[in-house]
Amino acid sequence: MTRKLTLGLVVALGLAVAVAPPPAWAQQKGPIKIGFIAPMTGGAAQVGKDMVNGLMMYLAEHGNQIAGRKVEVIVEDNQGSPAVALTKLRKLVESDKVQVLAGGLFAHVGYALAPKVDEYKVPMLYPVMAADDLTQRKPTKWVVRTGWTSSQPSHPFGEYAAKTLGYKKVVTIGMDYAFGYEVIGGFQKTFEEHGGQIIQKLWAPIGTTDFAPYLSQIRKDADAVFALMVAVSSLRFPKQYENAGLKARLPLIGGGTTFDEFVLPSLGDEAIGGMSPLIYSAAIDTPINKKFVKDYRAKFGKVPSYYSETCYTAGRWIDEAAKAINGDLENREKFLAALRKVEIPDAPRGPIKLDAYGNPVQNIYIRKVEKKDGELWNTVLKVYPNVTQFWNYKPDAFMKDPVYSRDYPPCKYC
Amino acid sequence: MSGPAPARRLLVPLGVLVLLLAAPPFVSSYVLTLLTQSVIYAIVAMSLDLLLGYLGLASLGHAAYMGVGAYSVGILATRHGAGFGTILAVGVVLALALAAVFGLLALRATGVYFLMITLALGMVGWGLAYRWNSLTGGDNGISGVPRPALPLPWSLGEALPFYYFALAGFLLSLGGLWVIVHSPFGKSLVGIRESETRMRTLGYHVWLHKYVGFVIAGGVAGAGGVLWAYYNGFVSPADLELGTSVEVLLMVALGGRGTLLGPALGAGIIVLLKNLVSVYTHRWLLILGAAYIGTIVYAPEGIVGAVRRLAEGPAPAPARPEA
Repeated sequence: MTRKLTLGLVVALGLAVAVAPPPAWAQQKGPIKIGFIAPMTGGAAQVGKDMVNGLMMYLAEHGNQIAGRKVEVIVEDNQGSPAVALTKLRKLVESDKVQVLAGGLFAHVGYALAPKVDEYKVPMLYPVMAADDLTQRKPTKWVVRTGWTSSQPSHPFGEYAAKTLGYKKVVTIGMDYAFGYEVIGGFQKTFEEHGGQIIQKLWAPIGTTDFAPYLSQIRKDADAVFALMVAVSSLRFPKQYENAGLKARLPLIGGGTTFDEFVLPSLGDEAIGGMSPLIYSAAIDTPINKKFVKDYRAKFGKVPSYYSETCYTAGRWIDEAAKAINGDLENREKFLAALRKVEIPDAPRGPIKLDAYGNPVQNIYIRKVEKKDGELWNTVLKVYPNVTQFWNYKPDAFMKDPVYSRDYPPCKYC
Repeated sequence: MSGPAPARRLLVPLGVLVLLLAAPPFVSSYVLTLLTQSVIYAIVAMSLDLLLGYLGLASLGHAAYMGVGAYSVGILATRHGAGFGTILAVGVVLALALAAVFGLLALRATGVYFLMITLALGMVGWGLAYRWNSLTGGDNGISGVPRPALPLPWSLGEALPFYYFALAGFLLSLGGLWVIVHSPFGKSLVGIRESETRMRTLGYHVWLHKYVGFVIAGGVAGAGGVLWAYYNGFVSPADLELGTSVEVLLMVALGGRGTLLGPALGAGIIVLLKNLVSVYTHRWLLILGAAYIGTIVYAPEGIVGAVRRLAEGPAPAPARPEA
C-alpha cells in the first residue's frame, strides 16, 4: 500500500515536471524585487511590523515565488516621516532597482510619495494609506491603492447608525488630523442625510492619552458618541470613557481604528459593545479568512489586524498582476495596467476590485466588539457588499464638494 | 593659531571641497541624493552654529525658520507659480522676520531658559503648519512642488544638476557666514560668548549684537529650508517637528561648534549614518546614539575641534560657554 502510494507520487511528480517545464522567461530574468516602505522604528513601529508580516506571510506561502520568479523583499524604515520615506523611495528605485513598491503609513506620507512615484514610473501599491483625495481629487497614475479611503467605511455606517441603531443625536470626538476629518466627515454626511444630527464635534491632538477634558464636555442630550482614535489613543480611550461613567449611559461607536484587532488584545471589558465599520474584521466567518487568521496566529502569535490583511492581499495583488503578464514586470506600463485589472474574489476580507478611479470596491463590515473564549473579537453585525469610495453618490457630484475637513461638512446642529 | 597652521588647516577642507565637486558624477544616484541632503542640512547646521558656536546659545527651535523657507516654496510654487528668485527672497525675508519676532522673546533669557523658549517657539511654528489648514494644507502637507526652472543649460529636475545647485547654495552660505564670523562683528559675538559683562563694560551693545546674530541665523536657515522643499518636492509639518531641531543641534555638536565646517561635516555624517546604517539594521538608532555619546565623552568639542586639538597640540584650555 505504502509502496504503491510512493510509486504513484513519483509518477505524478515526474509527469508534472515533464508536462509543465518552467517557462523560459522565468529562467532568464533575475528576481522580482519588491520595495516595501513602513515605519519600523518610532511610535508606529508595531503597525509597520504587522504590515511587513502580512506581506511576508503571503510570499512564504507561495515559496517566495511570483509568476515563476524568485521574490526579494527590501524593507525600508521610514520612521513614520514623509521626508525619510522620500529618501527611502529614492534608494529603493535608484539603488535597489525594484520593479514594484508597496507600503506606507499615514496620509501625509502618501501625499509626499505620490508625485515622486509618478516621476519614477514605478508602480506603488498603497495597501494602508487611506487619504481620500489620493483616488479622488488628486489621483496619481502610478499609485495603485489596494486598501481603502478613510471615509469609505463611514458612509454605510452613518446610514446604519441612523436607520438600524436609530440614533438621533451623536457627539463626535476624533483625532485632529486629515484621517480623523475624513472618517468623521463621511459619517456625518450620511448620518445627517438619514435624519441624524451631529450635535457636537470635539477634536483631540494625535497622541492624546488623557481624555478627561474632552469627556467632560460631551453634551448630555446625545444618544451616542462616535470616537475616532488611532494608536496610543485607541488604547486609552475606552477605559477612560468607562471611568467617566459614560459607557453605561451613552453607547460608544467609532471609526474602524478605534477598535482594530491591533488594539483589541490590549483592551479589557471596557471595549465590549463598541461598534465600528471597517474593510476587515478578523472574525469574518469565511473559510478563507478563518484559515488566514489561524495561519497568521501560528506564525506570529497574534490575530491579524487590517494592516496585516491589506499587506497580505497586496502580495496577492502583485502576484495576480505578474501572472497575468507572464512575469514580465520589466514592461512597466503593461504591469501597471495589469495591476489595475486585478480582481480578487476571495481575499480574507472578501471580494475586491478597483473602481474607475483606482480605489477598491469591497465589503464594509459593521462590527461589534464581543468576548469569545476570553478574547475580544469584532463580531460582524452586517455586511455592506461592494461599497465604493463614493457610496451611493455620483462620483462627479461627490468630488465637486471639498474633501472632508475640520470644517466640512459644517456642523449645522452644534 | 601659530606658524604654518592656517595653510595646513585649509588643506583638509579644500580636499573635501574638491571631492564634493568632482566625485558626484561617479557615485550611485542614491549616494548622490544623500549628498544633496547633506549639503542642504549643512546650510541649516552652519546657521545654527552661528548661535551655538559663536554666541553660546543652544536653540531648539531652528526647524521653524527652515519650515518658513520650505512653506514659502510649497505655497508660492504650487499655488502662485512663482519663480525661484522671488521664492528665495520671500523665504529668506520671512525667515528673517520670524527670527526677528522670536529673537525679541527668546533673547531675554540664556542657557537652559533660552533653550526652553526656543523650543516653545519652534513648537508654535509646527503648530501653525499643522493647524493652519487653508494655508499649509495641514497634516497632509503640500505635494507636487516643481523644481526651479532657471535659465541654465541643465534641468534642475535631474539629480546631478540639482546637487550642484544645492552645493552652490552651501558654498554661498559658507562664504557669507565665514565673512560674518571673521568680521569685527563676529569677533564681538565670540567676546559676548566668553564674557557678556566684559563686553558690556567695553561699551558694546550686547543685546543688539545677539539679536542681529539670531536674526541672521534664522535667515540662513530659511534659505536652507527653501532648498529642502525644492529637493523633496514636498512640505509637511513633519519638517518643523522638534526632532528636526534636535537633529540639527546634534549635527552642530557632533561636528564641532564654533567651526562652521564642523557642523557641515556633522550634517553629512548624520545624514549618511541615518540612511546607510538603517539599510543593514533596524537598530540603527542604537548606533547613532552610540556615536553621540562617544562624541560627547571623547570629543566634547566635536570632531573638527578634536582634530584641531590633535593637530595643534594641547592649547591653553579656552573657557567654554556654559550653554
